[in-house]
Amino acid sequence: MAQSQAQVAGVRARDETRVAVRLEGVHKHFGDVVAVDGVDLDVREGEFFSMLGPSGSGKTTCLRMIAGFEAPTRGRILLGGTDVTRLAPYERDVNTVFQDYALFPHMTVEENVDYGLRVKRVPKDERRDRVEEALRMVRLEGFGARRPGQLSGGQRQRVALARALVNRPKVLLLDEPLGALDLKLRQEMQIELKQIQQRVGLTFIYVTHDQEEALTMSDRLAVFSQGRVEQVGSPAEVYERPATGFVAGFVGISNVLEGEAARRIAGSPSAFTIRPEKIHLADPDAEVRPDQCSATGRVDEVVYLGALTRYIVSLDVGAELVVVQQNLSTSSMEALQVRGRPVRLIWSRQNNRPVEAAGASEGPEGPEGP
Amino acid sequence: MGIPGARRAPGIPDETMASVATAGERTLVRRVSAMLFRHPKTKLAALLAAPLGWLIVVYLASLSLMLVTAFWRLNELSSQIERVWGLQNFHTLLTGAQTTPITLSSVVHSVYTVITFRTLGIAVAVTLTDLTLAFPIAYYAARLASSRLRPILLLAVTMPLWSNYLVRVFAWRIITSGDGPLQSLMRLVGVHYSVGASNWAVWLTFCYLWLPFAILPIYAAIERVPGSLLEASSDLGAHGWMTFRRVVVPLILPGLVAASIFTFSLTLGDYITPVLVGKQFFIGNAIYNLVGLASNLPLAAAFATVPVVIMAIYLTVARRLGAFEAL
Repeated sequence: MAQSQAQVAGVRARDETRVAVRLEGVHKHFGDVVAVDGVDLDVREGEFFSMLGPSGSGKTTCLRMIAGFEAPTRGRILLGGTDVTRLAPYERDVNTVFQDYALFPHMTVEENVDYGLRVKRVPKDERRDRVEEALRMVRLEGFGARRPGQLSGGQRQRVALARALVNRPKVLLLDEPLGALDLKLRQEMQIELKQIQQRVGLTFIYVTHDQEEALTMSDRLAVFSQGRVEQVGSPAEVYERPATGFVAGFVGISNVLEGEAARRIAGSPSAFTIRPEKIHLADPDAEVRPDQCSATGRVDEVVYLGALTRYIVSLDVGAELVVVQQNLSTSSMEALQVRGRPVRLIWSRQNNRPVEAAGASEGPEGPEGP
Repeated sequence: MGIPGARRAPGIPDETMASVATAGERTLVRRVSAMLFRHPKTKLAALLAAPLGWLIVVYLASLSLMLVTAFWRLNELSSQIERVWGLQNFHTLLTGAQTTPITLSSVVHSVYTVITFRTLGIAVAVTLTDLTLAFPIAYYAARLASSRLRPILLLAVTMPLWSNYLVRVFAWRIITSGDGPLQSLMRLVGVHYSVGASNWAVWLTFCYLWLPFAILPIYAAIERVPGSLLEASSDLGAHGWMTFRRVVVPLILPGLVAASIFTFSLTLGDYITPVLVGKQFFIGNAIYNLVGLASNLPLAAAFATVPVVIMAIYLTVARRLGAFEAL
């Protein structure tokens, strides 16, 4: 790990000029409530960066501080190397897509998109071209004369996106922009957002509480908990090698084994996680190879999810594991019949990921740890 | 179900008795409510019967009676109202007297024209002043004040309405009188202008009297504007004044219009403040004297149509500006 840390430092030094947003020791208190408790982050130019965490974890507050709606209690915020900590929102070269879209109801779609250009006194001809281009990018040509009230949720979302993009900001901030959409539309918009981001090559900072969304869209993501950053890394890093029990639990369903159960299964009482999809469900007398871990137990609950089935197994050593199996050849009937049966769980030892016990805040080897 | 302290009759559980009583009641209420549910028109009629009756009998009837009277005439000798149709009252209003021909000079110098424009001018001045004063207070209360301070502020705004209107006007008569505190204060800063019994005093008093009626609708309008819209405007590069002009004002326009309707129409109709604080006649005073001293009810009725017409024009213009679209 020391080597990888050196590598990260090297990458950092090389990319020093290409940092779009940097948060340095940022704290934010609202009265007695500590919303952000010492966050250090680098967001690189042109990347899709997600801030993932449960509600109240400080991710939205961080975004609002980058936008300038809140001032940090302590710490600095840099945009492209310039300290903007005390600048007003209208002095910063960032734009925000709001959770409720915040479209001006008294203006048409066109006037909404035009707003940022008009207040910055961009010449009229250029304004018209840029508004048209922005509306085309979000596939809303011909909607310019409508009012926001006449649009569907997904269309409003796109107007909000066009209104922000038309200003060609250095960084685009998105505050749970897909939260109000239904599942199908959300998945479509995820792909579309990612495509737009790649086409315009902008830095996107994307706040979400949906771990799937963060994993599918991001180049890198930061996992927030209780006002701190638990881990920063690529989706694969964060998913495969969660730095803390919290990350393991929040990013995907994860089984954390510790103490007596950990000792009896893996031979050491230190906590580790095992992903549900890495575990095989087998007969109690199935054969176990030396490079495999195994535990016996009984299936408590079977949840049929269509493509997958989730089994909750209570182990004989006194713990509970969640197992996910693809329904390659099993039907729902067959899957449901397993309920109450004794089983043996088998998984490859190399899939065990040591973590700090759940509830601890920082990973000691988190690449961006303070 | 038992009432505290009440002794239960032996053998009869009180729950049973209570439930029987409420069940009978409930079925009647339920039946009526079910009937209303199936007959929405009856429901609407029941809802609106009382206010509609009031509106038609008391409000529209007296208004139309006034309109009709405006076209009758007073027999000057017998002081009796003659129910003969004619425009002579409006001629008097225009020129000052029934016999004066209509010329530009006679219209400009007509006492009624002068009184109308004086009233109108003060009403406009009061409205503009009150809107200017009310906006910052309403904005502070709706946007910036803490949730603990907000109700206290709103209470403070409406507090003057708890005391008697006359008492408040008399207080302003004292404040603005020739040897009152306002005059002393002005002398202290070197202004030697007499406000006592002037239209300045009337303007000041009206501004004070109607300020709560301006603050409350503007407060309600500002409170309805989502905070994210102001943030979005700022985020898109607009500084405070631009956000105010392009986002806040258009969105709270209905509230501003509601506030101005209050201040404008209340000033237009008031006749006590000009008497107590000022010395010149307003429309209300002229009507009061036409009814009380001259007993010329038809001319009074004709003059009373003037504020009605002014308000009608005002509301039409406000509607054209789109002030009621967001209501």
